[in-house]
Amino acid sequence: MTRQMTGAKMVVQALKDQGVDTVFGYPGGAVLPIYDEIFQQNEIQHVLVRHEQGAVHAAEGYARSTGKPGVVLVTSGPGATNAVTGLTDALLDSIPLVVLTGQVPTFMIGTDGFQEADTVGITRPCTKHNWLVKDTEKLAETIHQAFHVAVTGRPGPTLVDIPKDVQFAQGSYVTPQKSRTDNYQPQMKGDIADITALVEMIEAAERPVFYTGGGVINSGPGASQLLRELVEATGFPITSTLMGLGAYPATGEKWIGMLGMHGLYEANMAMHDCDLMINIGARFDDRITGRIDAFSPGSKKAHIDIDPSSINKVVRVDVPIVGDVGHVLEDLLRIWKSRGRKTNTDALKTWWTQINAWRDVKCLTYTNSDTIIKPQYAVERLEALTRGKDRYVTTEVGQHQMWAAQFMDFNEPGRWMTSGGLGTMGYGLPASVGVQQAHPDALVINVAGDASWLMNMQEMGTAVQFRLPIKQFILNNERLGMVRQWQQLLHGERYSHSWSDSLPDFVKLAEAFGCKGRVVSNPSELDDAIEEMMAYDGPFILDVLVEKHENCFPMIPSGEPHNSMLLGEVEATDAIRGKGATLV
Amino acid sequence: MSALNIKKGSTKKSAYELRDPNAEVFETHTLAVIVDNEAGALARVIGLFSGRGYNIDSLTVAEVDHLGHTSRITIVTRGTPAIIEQIKAQLGRIVPVHDVHDLTVEGPSVERELALFKVRGTGNDRVEALRLADIFRANVMDSTLESFIFELTGTPDKVDAFAELMRPLGLVELARTGVAALSRGSE
Ligand SMILES: Cc1ncc(C[n+]2csc(CCOP(=O)(O)OP(=O)(O)O)c2C)c(N)n1
Repeated sequence: MTRQMTGAKMVVQALKDQGVDTVFGYPGGAVLPIYDEIFQQNEIQHVLVRHEQGAVHAAEGYARSTGKPGVVLVTSGPGATNAVTGLTDALLDSIPLVVLTGQVPTFMIGTDGFQEADTVGITRPCTKHNWLVKDTEKLAETIHQAFHVAVTGRPGPTLVDIPKDVQFAQGSYVTPQKSRTDNYQPQMKGDIADITALVEMIEAAERPVFYTGGGVINSGPGASQLLRELVEATGFPITSTLMGLGAYPATGEKWIGMLGMHGLYEANMAMHDCDLMINIGARFDDRITGRIDAFSPGSKKAHIDIDPSSINKVVRVDVPIVGDVGHVLEDLLRIWKSRGRKTNTDALKTWWTQINAWRDVKCLTYTNSDTIIKPQYAVERLEALTRGKDRYVTTEVGQHQMWAAQFMDFNEPGRWMTSGGLGTMGYGLPASVGVQQAHPDALVINVAGDASWLMNMQEMGTAVQFRLPIKQFILNNERLGMVRQWQQLLHGERYSHSWSDSLPDFVKLAEAFGCKGRVVSNPSELDDAIEEMMAYDGPFILDVLVEKHENCFPMIPSGEPHNSMLLGEVEATDAIRGKGATLV
Repeated sequence: MSALNIKKGSTKKSAYELRDPNAEVFETHTLAVIVDNEAGALARVIGLFSGRGYNIDSLTVAEVDHLGHTSRITIVTRGTPAIIEQIKAQLGRIVPVHDVHDLTVEGPSVERELALFKVRGTGNDRVEALRLADIFRANVMDSTLESFIFELTGTPDKVDAFAELMRPLGLVELARTGVAALSRGSE
């Protein structure tokens, strides 16, 4: 039996049938019928953001902290174009989202109607897939397909563009079970022969390293569990990209820290000197590899990835395994165990001696001060005072982001939300809104820079309205810190437009939004300020005035290999030269 | 051999893998891409090529299965072996793409293109044009006292060669369909 209903009602029904409890959105003329349906029900909560970019980042925060797709509803034209940055962000970081946009009625498409934009055209390259629905009969099935595509295989954002007349017209509703999804079924299981080849390499490796990424987290909690089992059983060292933090616990014995441009010395050196690199759900991004022709020159490389196009895209590997991380790790462990759980223990002992020597370099050491708050110290204290709590951390983009990744410990997947691939300033505050909405009782902190934070600061209004007690921890250096650091390293300390002039008074700003703020500049008061922030029952902005010209180390200058890291100030000025200067 | 059939999503198990993967030489490949015949499918394929900086030498598209709603896009592209592999993997990722066949590595194939030539001229040039058309087995589709339209079907090389010959004889306009291709044999 098919049920007849309007397109607008179908949208809400489809969301309910998909198990959606929250929609982040912003109304406008082309989505009014859908908003009318939202008004007349209570199962789905709508969070009214203050800017559509905020809606998409909030949905990303929701998605990454729950493992469920985030849902966004915006109007046509400017509503849709404002969502583009968020869509691109989600595409690059493989975050499942379903974005519903209103469109001018079908008979007006192509006439440059009021608030008409070619939404499917504009978003084609920044979604995993998108649809324009011209017939109410196809609406429900299309929405169900959008959910299916968003979460299946390598996750990503999908978009359904719905003209207003399609929302008003009647059609028959189709349930998710009856919708066609067989046309998109990526391969989940890896090739057993290839997995066996990797097992053989694991058995013989003298200097192995696991290099893991966001794919482990996307594969689900089971994949993180299997990864932990594999690491403990083999005793191999493990490093991760920015996106993969938490899949293996930072407190784990085999953890050698994040790798990459601002990764730890021991992690990058292990990557450079290893004889077997096992890439699990990462994509050899340029922040990770540094100079490609000098990337881990002596190693055999295996790559487990659900996306065939990730394999051999940047780095040629010896054993490619196309499949879902969870499925592949399960087979890998089973085969390795059945062959007698062998590793090259003697060689591993020597390898760990080497790694521990690198660890002894203590690459995160910084010079502290008792008069000025060092940003590293601020993050260290934040970590110390929030460790063990039910905590989620989001970040903006810049130095503070790297310090958060370096100095905070993530022991579970889905606890760390940051814009990795696109590096979107303005991500963190709305993402924290989305995370808090999904986890009302948790401690949700956005580690921010002053410049990034301003980019989407209007979302404080959302937090106040929906009583989301997000904590905004701003490392205020009155600079576009990361830009300034590059200008120091690359452009002879000519600090062209990299300072934050005319910053608002963040405490007054908090009050203006109807929440609370505090400014802290004395290291001795920092702990008290953090405690106050956590104790406050509501959104809180902590404006931490930090050292203005602190640089973020270690750093692999662009165009350099892993083993030429800068560890501190002395080496830094004008460190990026030659070909590296053209890289970003 | 079925291992040569590049299934959607696979990046290996083709004879192609036996070649030097790091070779910097450019190769020309003909790809047949089977897509759902839905709005925007062609734009997705073209957008992939322009967005990622790949070359398109020739492109043809038409619905080939009305009931199954599928179209066949034939693309002739150039790149290093690594780039060609990447192109195929990226095409395979597009949701409405069912299959990507690399006709260049899947064994021998038939490649044909149709072209229309408008040649204007009188006297000896006109006679010579008609004589060459006969040699190339081009058909006369339209004629006036001072022009012909020839139709020629053949490989792109043959079309190129005929165009070169017609140029000095008064070629004023040329329309080409781009390559359509099928692999040889019963499969
Ligand atoms: C939307 C956007 N615009 C520009 C940039 C380039 N960018 C990267 S980091 C940065 C400075 C960030 O400054 P701030 O948020 O204060 O953080 P800090 O580096 O000082 O910790 C800029 C401008 C970006 N990543 N995103």
